[in-house]
Amino acid sequence: MNNRSRLALLVVQILIVSLMAALFGRLFYLQVAAGPKYKDAALSIQSRDVVAPATRGLIVDGYGVPLAMNKAGLAITIDRIAIDKLDDKGVDVMKRLAKLLNLKYKDIYQNTRLCGELPKGQKAGCWQGSRYQPIPITKSADPDIALQIVERSDSFPGVDAQPVAIRSYPSYLDVNAAHVLGYVGPLTETDLLKGNGKQYFRSETIGKTGLEIQYDSFLRGEPGIRTVIVDRKESITRESQNTLPVAGDHLVTSLDVRLQAATEKALKDAVLRGRANGYTSDSGAAVVIDIKTGRILALASYPTYDPNAWEKGLTVQQAEDLFSEKKSVPALNRALQGLFAPASTFKAVSVVAAASAGYDLNANYKCPSQVQVGTRAFQNFDSKNQGTMNMKKAIAVSCDTIWYQIAFDEWLRDGGLRPKSSANDYFFKAAKAFNITQKVGIDLPSESSSRLADRDYKKSWYQQNKDFYCNYKERATKAQQTPFLLQLAAENCVDGDKIRAGDAVNFSIGQGDTVVTPLKLTQMYAAIANGGTIWQMMVAKAIVKTDGTVVKSFTPKKLGTVNAAPSTLSFLRSSLREVVVSGTGAGVFAGFPIEVSGKTGTGQVFGRNPNGSLKDDTSWFASYAPSKNPRYAVVMMVGQGGFGASTSGVGVRQIYSSLFGVTGNKVVPGAALFPEGKPPTQLPKISPATKPKEASK
Amino acid sequence: MSQIHARQRLYRRSRQSLLHGWDPVLTAVVSLLLIIGTLLVWAATRDWYIRNGLDGQYYLKRHIINILIGGLLAYGATVVDYRLLRAYTPFLWGAGVLGLIIVLIPGLGAEINGARAWIALPGGFQIQPAELAKIAIIIGMSMILSERTHDSNEPTSKDVLQALAIAAIPVILIIVQPDMGTVLIIAASVVTIIAVSGAPARWVAALLLIAVLGGFVAVKAGVISEYQVNRLQTFVDPNADSQGAGYQLRQARITVGSGGLLGTGLFNGPQTNGRFVPEQQTDFIFTVAGEELGFIGSGFILLLYLILLMRAFSIARRTSDPFGRLVCTGVIAWFSFQLFENIGMTLGLMPMTGVPLPFISYGGSSMFATLIGFGLLQNVHARLRG
Repeated sequence: MNNRSRLALLVVQILIVSLMAALFGRLFYLQVAAGPKYKDAALSIQSRDVVAPATRGLIVDGYGVPLAMNKAGLAITIDRIAIDKLDDKGVDVMKRLAKLLNLKYKDIYQNTRLCGELPKGQKAGCWQGSRYQPIPITKSADPDIALQIVERSDSFPGVDAQPVAIRSYPSYLDVNAAHVLGYVGPLTETDLLKGNGKQYFRSETIGKTGLEIQYDSFLRGEPGIRTVIVDRKESITRESQNTLPVAGDHLVTSLDVRLQAATEKALKDAVLRGRANGYTSDSGAAVVIDIKTGRILALASYPTYDPNAWEKGLTVQQAEDLFSEKKSVPALNRALQGLFAPASTFKAVSVVAAASAGYDLNANYKCPSQVQVGTRAFQNFDSKNQGTMNMKKAIAVSCDTIWYQIAFDEWLRDGGLRPKSSANDYFFKAAKAFNITQKVGIDLPSESSSRLADRDYKKSWYQQNKDFYCNYKERATKAQQTPFLLQLAAENCVDGDKIRAGDAVNFSIGQGDTVVTPLKLTQMYAAIANGGTIWQMMVAKAIVKTDGTVVKSFTPKKLGTVNAAPSTLSFLRSSLREVVVSGTGAGVFAGFPIEVSGKTGTGQVFGRNPNGSLKDDTSWFASYAPSKNPRYAVVMMVGQGGFGASTSGVGVRQIYSSLFGVTGNKVVPGAALFPEGKPPTQLPKISPATKPKEASK
Repeated sequence: MSQIHARQRLYRRSRQSLLHGWDPVLTAVVSLLLIIGTLLVWAATRDWYIRNGLDGQYYLKRHIINILIGGLLAYGATVVDYRLLRAYTPFLWGAGVLGLIIVLIPGLGAEINGARAWIALPGGFQIQPAELAKIAIIIGMSMILSERTHDSNEPTSKDVLQALAIAAIPVILIIVQPDMGTVLIIAASVVTIIAVSGAPARWVAALLLIAVLGGFVAVKAGVISEYQVNRLQTFVDPNADSQGAGYQLRQARITVGSGGLLGTGLFNGPQTNGRFVPEQQTDFIFTVAGEELGFIGSGFILLLYLILLMRAFSIARRTSDPFGRLVCTGVIAWFSFQLFENIGMTLGLMPMTGVPLPFISYGGSSMFATLIGFGLLQNVHARLRG
């Protein structure tokens, strides 16, 4: 062998050894250094999680009657990935499916679009889940139709039918309670990201609003997961893990199905009554609470919606209607999200203000037809001169001018437009004594805060708006350029940051920028009735496991105390009783066998409706009963409903009639919903079969 | 006592006559590789075949038959003195070229994975003439480059050109198929043989340059079919083709990586049993080793190959016969580049080429050819002192 050959052989040998070394190195990297990463990758290729959803817990009332339960349904689903692969993107399949299911093609098309695919404003009815889960078109299909689809699977590619558990709101006694219960829907990407420490699965259904979302972590349970190992053809080779689903816990609420149904009916009747009397009467809320605990016994908002619509398959029309202004936004829960001027019901605050300002509550005051406040004359309600009367009577007949005078005098005493640094602000302090801006703390999502239009509020409002009012001519639309509005803008520009005499006067009768939620007003009246305790409002009483073990009890929580002298509150209670005995509520409650105390309110609303008509007054009736030993507070509000007494007052009487078992003017023995005179304190036995108890006659 | 000794001696002699002059290390290493390969082929196919209602031992049986036939061929390649092989070389070469022409004739050649590389035989067997051509080229080139018809101790440029001509005809036929993996292996063997033959260094340099340029021009000019280009592109960017070649390469890497240090154990690899890697009993057999035997097992396979190659180098050094040395060198280059291409592809170091793993992959032609190659090494070893 010559040297060149020898050298060449050596070079080849070195080359080959280095190639082998490269293989070794790469093998070491893949299997040892990066091994864990590739193990995960392999696992995600081979394993599939089959999620068996847990049975959702029931939501029951205080006697165990289900408000939300589960039933077996048949889901017709569309697999987006499968239909997208078709030449026409599944148009033909969806058209045939629409015909078979007697639905509109447009709805099926919209239902199967991911929300992210659609332009803003055209998302109603879109699919909130992901592309990778079968999209249900309906969950309550006719079994015959489902069978047709399964049998003709080749003519319905991507369409499947399978039995599913669906959420069902049984609507005993026609109860709706949609605003309290909420509804369930598919998991969204955002839900997945949030996680809340819980692992969510794409196929899951979770609470979307109301109690369903508030207590979702309890109601939902733990889905069962079967992890299977699949091969390239997706056929299962073996099972690697199988955890059984754990059923969700039940939620016991303080609601009473019968009272809830009665409250909803009374509210609807009140709204219709308002319309019959010629008012726009487009919305309303009614609340019944236990004043000794703050527990909600009934809560209704009008207009409402069908919580079962989601599981049935929401049509585009239904989805649009939910947030439609024309339909008065049924999705809105007015009891806790609606803000309205409290009107005369707010005089309870004014009484506290007058008492702390040193006015003798038992003295006589004039109730003239109008009071001159600066350059403006403020009229009494209906411009009636009621003569001289004591303050109790003034509350009863809802005299406004007496409050105008007191509020104006106090405003002047505080320095008028040049407020003293040590202004007494008796009226604002009285409102604060009721913790007016504090939320009622109800266990439902999206509660609004009530607003107190005091000096601080005025200042911040001015900061935000002075630019607009000081350049009103340029900024405002043509329609807004009326002489009155121009004048108002000029005033707002000059001293919009100050409490003006008009503001102070309006405040004393619950008008102006101070607005409250119906729940807040209920809480205030409950506090007057119970001697001054402000209870947190609660719907939930307990979380109970399927075996009956109590997981969590919700005990009443004190949020504060009304900062007013007991004698003032006592005077208030006697005045509120007088309203029903001889005042504005007397007609409505004439002959009612249970003593009720309350206050009417008729709140002026500025602005116009979409059809151009001026807005009608807000009708209020805030009350509690029995007057001697109060237990329940009932408040009704009808937006643009007209007078407090005739629209809402009658509705409240209707609610009390059910609550106390009154027919006509008589208490029917045994007909009261709570025979012991108070809501049940024991937790009920929970069974999906429980039906509402008929009050024994 | 003496009787027993005598019998033992007799026995030893009779054994010696069968494997006379064989390198025991080489034999042991190849035997181990064959056993491991048999198990891997079985593991790669058993589960899937059983689950699909087929015979779980189908591939196992055929693989063993292939090994037995290959063993006979290897034995045959050692019996005749390799120096006498020269006489048969033209026939071997001619048969290889004929086979390569036959595969290109429609109706006779079978097209698999876009390459016309197979002749279908009755009974489901197929023959890949390119495998035979490798041996013909190695022996033919070695013959020409070692013959000394003149005084010079080194091959002349004329010899080199002749040798290249011998390689060129089958290579062109293989390019037409196209089977670029085999072309690469042959090219590597050709350059190695010429380098070790003692030919002028400029030839080696020129050939290396031609190989690089040739590859570049082939891709640019579209000589390489789209199928081949796809494979090359997915090597550069594995995400380019999520379902085709890129998918296979990614799956292969994941399968090997998921084996970790110890592997899942033979027959227990979920990636293997799920058949996420295609062709896993042939071209991607190393993924089975990677997943089920882990780094320990697959590293051991690499070690066996290393021993085999080092042993072959030692034979090439020890022989005084230039022809034997060149045959050894050719076989070394063939084995090492083929295994580097195959394992390198599995591990993501090399582009995807459909070459089998020597001694391990399922497949008759490859098994026969590699065992003949092994036989040639033993043949040279047996005649080291002859």
